[in-house]
Amino acid sequence: MAIVELKNVAKNYAQGLVAKGKGDKSSNAVDNFNLVTRDGEFVVLVGPSGCGKSTTMRMIAGLERNTEGAILIDGKDVSQVPPKERDIAMVFQSYALYPHMTVAENMAFSLKLKKRPAAEIKTHVDEAAQTLGIQHLLDRKPRELSGGQRQRVALGRAIVRDPQVFLMDEPLSNLDAKLRVDMRAEIVKLHKRLNVTTFYVTHDQVEAMTMGERIVVMKDGKIQQIDTPINLYEFPANRFVAGFIGNPSMNFLRAKHADGVVSGDGYQLSLDGGHRPAVISRKMVDVWVGIRPEHLRLSDATATNRIQGTVDVVETLGAVTVVQLSVGEHSVTAQLPGHQKVELGDTLTLSCDSDKLHLFDDESELAIGRESTAQPSAAAEV
Amino acid sequence: MKAISRTAPSAEETGARSFARTTRLLMAPAVIFLLIWMLVPLAMTIYYSFQQYNLIMPMYNGFAGLNNFAILLGDPTFWKSLANTLIIVAASLVVTVCLGLALALLFNRTFVGRGVARTLAVAPFFVMPVVTGLIWKNMLFHPVFGLFAWMARQLGLEPVDWLAHYPMLSVVIMITWEWTPFALLVLLTGLQSLPEDQVEAAKLDGASAWQEFRHIVIPHLGQVLYVVVMLESIFFLTSFAEIYTTTGGGPGTATTNLPYYIFQTVFQQNDIGIASAAAIGAVILANIFAIMLIRFIAGNLNAGAAR
Repeated sequence: MAIVELKNVAKNYAQGLVAKGKGDKSSNAVDNFNLVTRDGEFVVLVGPSGCGKSTTMRMIAGLERNTEGAILIDGKDVSQVPPKERDIAMVFQSYALYPHMTVAENMAFSLKLKKRPAAEIKTHVDEAAQTLGIQHLLDRKPRELSGGQRQRVALGRAIVRDPQVFLMDEPLSNLDAKLRVDMRAEIVKLHKRLNVTTFYVTHDQVEAMTMGERIVVMKDGKIQQIDTPINLYEFPANRFVAGFIGNPSMNFLRAKHADGVVSGDGYQLSLDGGHRPAVISRKMVDVWVGIRPEHLRLSDATATNRIQGTVDVVETLGAVTVVQLSVGEHSVTAQLPGHQKVELGDTLTLSCDSDKLHLFDDESELAIGRESTAQPSAAAEV
Repeated sequence: MKAISRTAPSAEETGARSFARTTRLLMAPAVIFLLIWMLVPLAMTIYYSFQQYNLIMPMYNGFAGLNNFAILLGDPTFWKSLANTLIIVAASLVVTVCLGLALALLFNRTFVGRGVARTLAVAPFFVMPVVTGLIWKNMLFHPVFGLFAWMARQLGLEPVDWLAHYPMLSVVIMITWEWTPFALLVLLTGLQSLPEDQVEAAKLDGASAWQEFRHIVIPHLGQVLYVVVMLESIFFLTSFAEIYTTTGGGPGTATTNLPYYIFQTVFQQNDIGIASAAAIGAVILANIFAIMLIRFIAGNLNAGAAR
């Protein structure tokens, strides 16, 4: 259990080149990363591939050196401390089990290196095996195990150590879909039980939303937003986060603003108190409007907020029907009730409540107006 | 469903039978090649080992029974050559594997000029054994013109006549020089196939550099090491050119190994019978290593198929 703090952490793989004046700051794989965890928090790092989330995790582990800033565990700067002295356990995407050792030996390895007495090691291993339901596998070699079992062993190897911090690097991405959902719940349960500060890296926003107490959304090495899952969904800080969180992802419409109404080819939407003052005071004309598919519903052609388009694609999923429409130059996805009869080529009118709209600046793509009020984001705390 | 399952096996059986026939047909060239080039000479060697057959005494030719083997076992030079063979194998193995492993670990790191250094380190492997022998004899070991003699003189020391005073050590040095690159190459390939995340996992588990080497690298190299040891053993058993071009098996019998003993018996004593008997001894010795190697490889293939 520990508080992990990252202060202005940056990683530049071409650091030598920067010193010689050949590289520049823009080549930072991770840039200006600030985060303070609570003790025992479950933090998820999420973002598209190459966004620097794994690099950040590897810097916390000490497998990579941060080229700028400081990483503190319980107030102690560990930036220069080698991985073996950081007391951090990591679960790798490939599991990285030692192939020549049995499951029990794999799990006991770290304790054996610490020269703990054999009886104590056995107690710890048995306990961890019981927690994960792998007692019957202890004598097997990793190659005799299924993917899900290997996953459990990898988790077991981490929890046996009782470390200060857990790191999990896409631990579920090699499992099939069904197993992934089960393991997801299991890891959350395990975390609740052990209450160890955990960093979890994934590119899957569903995993992030279901598991994280707080989520760090990253893109191109930079933090886009740090917040609780529900705040990320309701108050995305910019267009990237808005589009990344939620499935199907948010619709974006390029709109003109005039007198508290945003409109474009095939749609017009009036703004409510949350957006209107900000937009009017900034004298904005061009804005991005974001609407989540699940907030769209069928309505008649006279509604104040209306989007009209022709149906291109209908996906009948049973519980819901996902429809794609052409609205002017835009493609809009709407999630309608499952029993809704929709035919290809139909012209539909959709509506959306004004308080469900998201507005983004045309150039900076930052959210306008509405701010998260529930909980200040961690970036602001630092 | 039932009808299908009843007819299916017979179709499968015919398929399997024709598959087996094709397999045999495709393997035939290799098998025939082996028969002609390996079994025929072996059979002839066995035949001659029971014949009295000396080229300069053709009048005494004839069946000798176990006489050749009796002469052989009573010849102290044979026992000496057997001991020399094992010394060469053991000493060269230890040095090439240790040195090869150390170099492999070194070349597995990135450093400036690694490409050039690696090429140079591997170069001796591509030098023919005869040339190796001549290089060492005339350019390095030579007490007058050799590099070592020059170095000794620079330091004010008496030059050493390596081949005369340390013949066995010299032979082992030459063989080691030639074969360390082989161990290096194979072990380096092994090291490069070690997944990076296993090493990282071990680091996070608290392993020191030595523990990482001992518990992760060595077990990973286990199979590769075994193959290197076995292959090198078989090559070292047959070392000949290095000895022929330098010490000529001497001084006395100090560096006469089994292949050299056979060579002397055939081409200097012209005794094909006794040489054949000695060759059978060499075959038996080589087979002990070969069987271990084949068992290991076959075991690995089976394990691979089961995986």
